[in-house]
Amino acid sequence: MVIRVCMGPAGIAAGGKEVLDAFRQCLSEAGISAEVKEHCSSHQVGCIGLCAKDVLVEVHKNGNKTTYQYVKPDMVERIVSEHVIGDTPVQEWLADSDCENFYRKQVKVVLSDCGRLDPEDIDAYIAAGGYEPTREVLATWIPDDVIEEIKASGIRGRGGAGFPTGLKWELARRSKGTKKYLICNADEGDPGAFMDRAVIEGNPHSVIEGMLIGAFAIGADKGYVYIRAEYPLAVERLKLAIKQAYERRFLGEDIFNTNFRFDIEIKLGAGAFVCGEETALIASIEGQRGMPRPKPPFPVNRGLWQKPTVINNVETLANIPYIIRGGSARYASLGTEKSKGTKVFALTGKIKNTGLIEVPMGISLREIIYDIGGGIEGGKPLKAVQTGGPSGGCIPASMLDLNVDYESLASVGSIVGSGGMIVLDEDNCMVNMAKYFIQFTQSESCGKCVPCRVGTKRLLEILDRITRGEGKEDDMELLEKLSNGIKSASLCGLGQTAPNPVLSTLKYFREEYKAHIRDKKCPAMVCKELLTYSINEEVCKGCGACLKACPAGAISGAKKKPHKINADICIRCGACFDVCKFKSVGRE
Amino acid sequence: MDNILKDIIKNYHEKAGNIISLLQETQDAFGYIPREAVDFYSQELHIAGSRFYGVATFYSQFRLKPTGKNKIVACCGTACHVRGSEKIINGLKRELGLTEDEDTSQDGEFTLEKVACLGTCSFAPVVLINGSIYGKTGTETVLKEIRKLEKGK
Repeated sequence: MVIRVCMGPAGIAAGGKEVLDAFRQCLSEAGISAEVKEHCSSHQVGCIGLCAKDVLVEVHKNGNKTTYQYVKPDMVERIVSEHVIGDTPVQEWLADSDCENFYRKQVKVVLSDCGRLDPEDIDAYIAAGGYEPTREVLATWIPDDVIEEIKASGIRGRGGAGFPTGLKWELARRSKGTKKYLICNADEGDPGAFMDRAVIEGNPHSVIEGMLIGAFAIGADKGYVYIRAEYPLAVERLKLAIKQAYERRFLGEDIFNTNFRFDIEIKLGAGAFVCGEETALIASIEGQRGMPRPKPPFPVNRGLWQKPTVINNVETLANIPYIIRGGSARYASLGTEKSKGTKVFALTGKIKNTGLIEVPMGISLREIIYDIGGGIEGGKPLKAVQTGGPSGGCIPASMLDLNVDYESLASVGSIVGSGGMIVLDEDNCMVNMAKYFIQFTQSESCGKCVPCRVGTKRLLEILDRITRGEGKEDDMELLEKLSNGIKSASLCGLGQTAPNPVLSTLKYFREEYKAHIRDKKCPAMVCKELLTYSINEEVCKGCGACLKACPAGAISGAKKKPHKINADICIRCGACFDVCKFKSVGRE
Repeated sequence: MDNILKDIIKNYHEKAGNIISLLQETQDAFGYIPREAVDFYSQELHIAGSRFYGVATFYSQFRLKPTGKNKIVACCGTACHVRGSEKIINGLKRELGLTEDEDTSQDGEFTLEKVACLGTCSFAPVVLINGSIYGKTGTETVLKEIRKLEKGK
């Protein structure tokens, strides 16, 4: 008998800890028969996935799994008394069909143990077959075998660029030098993506294992995990996992009684998006400003402290034990011809089932959004899907049958990226989205090269004036020209991909740009400078809610009499529109 | 302050290149990077102060001014953005009287911090007020909480 309470980021935010405490308390005091009590444990697990319905609780009893959704602490007592002690699940709180659909089309490789194993318990990981792939590799394989196996699996880097992992390892192996490093890149800076965080919080040992196998393959004896300081729980769990691994002598000297030695050190990132770029990350570990340098030389030849260095993403490394355990052929059977395996996405935005999903490469966007995601929240039509974060693009609703893999997404001007997938509906303005991402890349640009530093600034200025209704007739051409210049002339991946959100929205949503520039209108009603608010006097009840909410004092009117907005004073903040219960405030 | 600084710097005489960790420990202790700290490290480690400031201003984690008594963290991740975080942030700035580059109110009561992503996208838009999470929230709800804090000061 096991009770699992989701303690992922969203689970904790929804009150997972309180629910967990309530279970612990209820189970100990509610007079559960001793027999049940002995086998009954409630433990915390990483992300179960369907964050929109948090707190999710699974009750495993007599081999049956029952899932409850939206669990609050005051519901725990009844679940314990009726389901745990009695034998009748509380019907009205059970997870609905959304939950079943959410999991049906997913294939869990990286996330298979997330939400199942206690991430703070190394024994649970070992009992599930963990560290066995490492033992096998260290004791009976030679490094070249590992590289061949990883190459045969076809896995490509999950950090965004999609470089073949096996090839990267091979290049580092062949690189001259006795001292080599392996770095795990956990500096997940993409706003709206939390896959790496979920993997580390949910199954840190799989990442350590991936690092061990990788280090053996390339011949490194020292590894670093570069992780964001903004992820305190992930850092804590990783520290604990590393400590446990040292205690079992899976790290340190003479691992598994071989002469292989490997140490892992954690380096905390300090909040710079550009540090996701390999050479910038290396500079940051060396304690400097995280600025990229020209390549070549590539890090596999000259990286950290001028030594050959491999940098792999968290998700890539977490795949490695699975590949070794089941063989490259099993892994390669998932996905498409050129994109193998699965990919974890953070499915968010205007979608019903927000959450963390893992799907085989090549699945269509339609399946992700309508089958797994349950469709659009709020019933408005789908407008676009944004993938790849600030380096990616917006894919219009008309392309929903597109397959999700490296090549297909690149062909429409987006990228797989680290795995953010944000669903947009008719209420989202595409010019505003482009501006949002450029704002982000502009402020994160390190400033080393001119095309990125100055170019993104100019892009932002143009987009800003368009959203303020001051766009000029030739602005769209200017944006395109500037974007192409930045793409081809920037030093690193940040600048080379920064214009993608602008180019893709220009390509697929040109009419919307035109509406802003020519008609001075924002069709999605987002750009506030282009909106005017007015009160429909026939509908207004004179309740005064808008008058109170207006921060500018632009609304006047006597009690129970229709109110008015003074357009000269109005700052277009939309507060009146939000508070009006009678929908009498209109905007256009 | 001197004792704390001496305590922090103990581990750094040997590996002087580690400016980031040194500043991280300093910020943990004081909540920001005081000028005195940089002057002290600069003398002790024979590293120019500009190098410390170079690192401190490069990474968004570091701040050179103390925070207000109450800390508001507004998530600006993409999921929050598409669900209207911009509106909430504008509302908060107006309420606290913050101009474009300020993050702390004149009276030192409130600091408004923007972060790229809190990883709780299912609750977008998300605002943290003194560590408590307000998910799927709106400008009105957040402002109400702020006004409660203002009254209680």
